[in-house]
Amino acid sequence: MADIKLTNLNKAYGAVHILKDVNLDITSGEFIVFVGPSGCGKSTLLRTICGLENITSGVLEIDNAVVNDVPPSKRGIAMVFQSYALYPHMSVYENIGFALENQGLPRAEIRQKVEKVADMLQLTPYLTRLPKALSGGQRQRVAIGRAIVRGAKVFLFDEPLSNLDAALRVQTRMEIAKLKRGMPNTTMIYVTHDQVEAMTLADRIVVLQAGRVEQVGTPMELYESPANTFVAGFIGSPKMNLITGAPAAAHKAHTLGVRPEHFEVSKTAGAISGTVEYTEVLGSDSFLYVTTPHGLITVREEGRTGFVPGDAIHMSPVAQMTHRFGEDGKRLP
Amino acid sequence: MLDRIRLEPSRFVLHLAVFIIVALWTLPTAGLLVSSLRDKDQIAVSGWWTALSTSEQRSQARTKGKADQVETDGKFVIAGNFFEGAGGHTSLSAWGTIVNKPDANAPGATVEIGEGQTLTVNADGSYVWTNANAFEDDRGRRIFYVSSVPPRFTTENYENVLFSQGIGRAFVNSLTVTIPATIIPILIAAFAAYALAWMKIPGRGFIIAVIVGLLVVPLQMSLIPLLKIYNASGFLSKTYLGIWLAHTGFGLPFAIYLLRSYIAGLPKDLIESAQVDGANDFKIFRRIILPLSFPALASFAIFQFLWVWNDLLVAMVFLGSESDKVVLTFQLNSLLGSRGGNWEILTASAFITIIVPLLVFFSLQRYFVRGLLAGSVKGG
Repeated sequence: MADIKLTNLNKAYGAVHILKDVNLDITSGEFIVFVGPSGCGKSTLLRTICGLENITSGVLEIDNAVVNDVPPSKRGIAMVFQSYALYPHMSVYENIGFALENQGLPRAEIRQKVEKVADMLQLTPYLTRLPKALSGGQRQRVAIGRAIVRGAKVFLFDEPLSNLDAALRVQTRMEIAKLKRGMPNTTMIYVTHDQVEAMTLADRIVVLQAGRVEQVGTPMELYESPANTFVAGFIGSPKMNLITGAPAAAHKAHTLGVRPEHFEVSKTAGAISGTVEYTEVLGSDSFLYVTTPHGLITVREEGRTGFVPGDAIHMSPVAQMTHRFGEDGKRLP
Repeated sequence: MLDRIRLEPSRFVLHLAVFIIVALWTLPTAGLLVSSLRDKDQIAVSGWWTALSTSEQRSQARTKGKADQVETDGKFVIAGNFFEGAGGHTSLSAWGTIVNKPDANAPGATVEIGEGQTLTVNADGSYVWTNANAFEDDRGRRIFYVSSVPPRFTTENYENVLFSQGIGRAFVNSLTVTIPATIIPILIAAFAAYALAWMKIPGRGFIIAVIVGLLVVPLQMSLIPLLKIYNASGFLSKTYLGIWLAHTGFGLPFAIYLLRSYIAGLPKDLIESAQVDGANDFKIFRRIILPLSFPALASFAIFQFLWVWNDLLVAMVFLGSESDKVVLTFQLNSLLGSRGGNWEILTASAFITIIVPLLVFFSLQRYFVRGLLAGSVKGG
């Protein structure tokens, strides 16, 4: 059991204000993903929860106990670093067992625990190897093994997949999802800038921008009702079209958000007209990039498209699938 | 890959430079070693590069006098051997009776030398001098000869310097000074370097600045104040403890500076990971920092060892020149003065002096190899 509660959390390095009044309630067993562009403070937020950065003001509670000044090792957390941070001079066995060694456990118990974790992560054949003799995926598993072996209540992942190649990344993503299913009571907090990781792994996503929490919600909540134009533009691929001007005014909004898949296209008539600039045909779907008087608009068509670059195109947003935003960028009801 | 590297001109220049440096360094060392193992008479007449070939030597000898003459068949004969007691390896290749013609006669030739006298000198140095009348001179006749001396290698020079010239004692003294004077600063500096690199201490920047400042303070400046303190303390002056502390003090700024920059360059994630794993500062230092800093520790160990081993000034000032505490450099220096002409002593002493630094260097140099951090962080 590990509920985490952040209240008005602030972090500043001198005059640079990194985290601004972060409020967050994380319930035990949740898989939370922090997502945002680089420099938004998501890693800093994770490191503050970990205890590697101290808190400038505000309260951080784990299990209803204020842990602002508790050292990392006493918070019941484990962290998987972006670089894995394996100890290069120690074997896989020693790497995994280091935390237990620090707890002063007897050797036999350490051996038993390490072997259990190694078995779970298919690391048993590599226990005597040094990290340099492992592949990227194996190093990643050792890093996760170090977290598991301590029996931590909270797992923190700092962009753990960013060093893997694309194929391995998909596979490891699935392994992490499986790991989470196997540990339903463990809270996991995961930092990424990759929205696919966020959408696929998270119970709830926390979207951060410039040190502020923009929106917290399940992946579908964020997709279906983004709280503001930033979240609208950040979640979903390709990006949501944010149209200002006449088409938005027609919906009584400052900005009209329409996802590429929510257009009906026609060669004859529609709400917005433009010229196809460029097409991407992927087989399962096709993307059309259309120049209009209101800016570049991306449209997704299922299957193959009947348009070629240079064609005139007319597009109408599907009713009920549009998002209306006010002048301040906030969602209108 | 390998071909590309070999073809690069800059690589070629680098290899050439390395080769020249190695040659410049190795040749004199080899020369010193060879010379120190040669016979002392041979060192004096030929260079070390001729050590393996037989050398030609011009010398003179005197026959026995009238006391040894024997009368046989009406002739008086003096017989003997010039090389008696010389080891028997020398052989005579030519001889003569006049100083500027030592190669006038072949060995074994019998030569008339006037007044009814004949002289025969053989290759093995034996001679027969006959005379029709009795010999009257007390002293024998001088003979000039060219001899070929086969190469001779010996450890006599080493036995001599180690046990008779005080080098052995000085060697032990030097080790007694150098080993603790290397280890103590490393121990202190490693702790300090970790603290100054990774621990949040108030005034850390200031302390680092002071240490960098101390790097440029000449040690001569502190000799007199230190001596005064030592003399006042009573138990530090002219003792090994005193000189260990002195060398430690002189070595520390550089040691801390060197180790700190290395330790500060270790990946931050490793230290943070160890913190999350529940290791305290001492544990992080012992289990993470020390093993990973071994290359830096080894580099500094070499620097400090060589500096202390070769030091003369600090040793003279803090240890004094009493014969039982004299270090190698001091002993070598005094041998230079008193036995300056005895090359066999100087070469053997010099080689004993450099053998320890050589061993230290070769045993630690493998830690200079990069790649100790491989595998810890991404791409490694």
